[in-house]
Amino acid sequence: MNLILTLTGFILAILVNLFFPQVAEGVKLKSYTIGGFAIDDNLAYRLVLLAIALYYGIYRLVLFVKKANQEKIDKFGSRAKFRFAIGIALALWDLLGTKLLVLPQPFFPGPAVIMDAFLGDMAFIWKNTLYSLRLFLSGFVTGVVVGIATGVLIGWYPRVRYWITPVLNISGVIPAVAWMPFALTLFPTSFSAATFLIAICSWFPVATMTAEGVQSTPKAQFEVARTFGAGQFYQVFHVAIPHAMPRIFTGITTAAAFSFTTLVMAEMMGQPGGLGYYINTSKVWSAYYKVFAAIIVMAVLFTVILKAVDAVQNYVLRWQKGVVR
Amino acid sequence: MTDILDKEKILKIREVNRTFIDPNGNEKRVLDNINLSVFRGEFISILGSSGCGKTTLLRLIAGLDQVQEGKILLDGERIKGTDPKRGYVFQQGCLFPWLTIEDNIAMGLKARGVYKQNKHRVQEFIDKIGLTGFEKNFPHQISGGMAQRVAIARALINDPELLLLDEPMGALDSFTRAEIQNMLLDLRKERNTTMILVTHDIDEALYLSDRIVIMTPRPGRISEVLEIHDEFPRERGSSVFLEKRAKILERFKLARSVRQPEYMI
Repeated sequence: MNLILTLTGFILAILVNLFFPQVAEGVKLKSYTIGGFAIDDNLAYRLVLLAIALYYGIYRLVLFVKKANQEKIDKFGSRAKFRFAIGIALALWDLLGTKLLVLPQPFFPGPAVIMDAFLGDMAFIWKNTLYSLRLFLSGFVTGVVVGIATGVLIGWYPRVRYWITPVLNISGVIPAVAWMPFALTLFPTSFSAATFLIAICSWFPVATMTAEGVQSTPKAQFEVARTFGAGQFYQVFHVAIPHAMPRIFTGITTAAAFSFTTLVMAEMMGQPGGLGYYINTSKVWSAYYKVFAAIIVMAVLFTVILKAVDAVQNYVLRWQKGVVR
Repeated sequence: MTDILDKEKILKIREVNRTFIDPNGNEKRVLDNINLSVFRGEFISILGSSGCGKTTLLRLIAGLDQVQEGKILLDGERIKGTDPKRGYVFQQGCLFPWLTIEDNIAMGLKARGVYKQNKHRVQEFIDKIGLTGFEKNFPHQISGGMAQRVAIARALINDPELLLLDEPMGALDSFTRAEIQNMLLDLRKERNTTMILVTHDIDEALYLSDRIVIMTPRPGRISEVLEIHDEFPRERGSSVFLEKRAKILERFKLARSVRQPEYMI
């Protein structure tokens, strides 16, 4: 029942696209040949809808075949209404944005027109996505690594805490992009400048949370290690850091969110590539459908990254109550 | 039991005092002139109400706390800091929640860098404490009694000369408590490890110890050392048991009547 509700919305959207006549004029829908197949924008849009519907259908089937626990099935079911609404919303958007052209153009293109950006501009979008990903990873990973190191030092040595904590707090309240002019002059390439900005903004939450985690380690746990003859080094790496892990991951998740913002802002303010850059160049040509395309790519990309962080977290923190099995 | 012990003194506590400064800045004497010798292989219980300084004394022996006045000697050597020679079992077990049962037990070996040559002993200990099959479980997946068994195994795997037990059974129900008490007796019989147990449970002290050190609070002093001449395993309802029990109860009442006569009617 829930599956039917889930699928109905998307199928309705497909039917609307397929059978509702193109009333309005002036919508430029193109056709491309990809791998020997002729694909026009509408067909691409319908294929995406079909893919989404198929994904949900197969997912439900897998749940059924694997005899998944009721909790997962219920979770899937509880989203049905929302997914139905998404399908309807897409159908409406298609009607208003493409078929009837009621929405003001070129600011609010219909879904099929947005698909045109993917079909016609795929190579360029892909290139920029990779650039964004590369920039994101280099900044984020640097920030997280340096953040954990700083956090441990702050948490372990009172003297480091005294000198570094104020610096950390100040850097925390300043949006990282504000450093942009300095970063651009201090660093040889704009890529390294942006890496620096992203690193700073992920450094702050990770360092704060790590320090908090290390400091909150119960004294008794250190004492246990000491009765085993463990030295300081061992106590830091085998007691303090594992204890801080849940908080470190809270910091990392926050850092990821901060980093996305900084990434896109930095790209819009002066990078030779990336999704932010793509948005900027498209805007100059009033190609708003490309802006939407870039937004969709960002949404997908960032969701994937957050899911990846989540997966690592679930593995590392598998010892926690409720996470296990 | 005392007869078969060679009367070698493993631990000597001489004129130990300990004062703490309370939040108001007043000095508070927690231990006052403590003198005690422990023989090799002996089981000693330190019995007293809370606040009598028994845990403080145990922490001094462990080296978790500094001796201010007097001295504590293990094998003739002054105690300075912690050492795996003196194993310590904490009140709440204090397992590391991020390590599996197996890794918790192995931690002492790993911390000293002797894990490789002793790897097989981890499994031996797991079997010995009856936790076979739980090797890969995390601490939150096992019961409190199991956790205490792991805590004891974790300390014993380092082959300590002295095992210090800080109310390890305090938070357990009486059935689990009895099981762990028996386990301690077995381990002691097998390894002949000297053990010092801090407890406020009279029956527990009677069931396990060769000698019971009775402490009274404010300031913490040793008021009496009772020898229990009874074979192990002991019968909890035996006449010796009941007689000693009555004696200890009497001591505590006596101690109270001296300190706070206004409660006596």
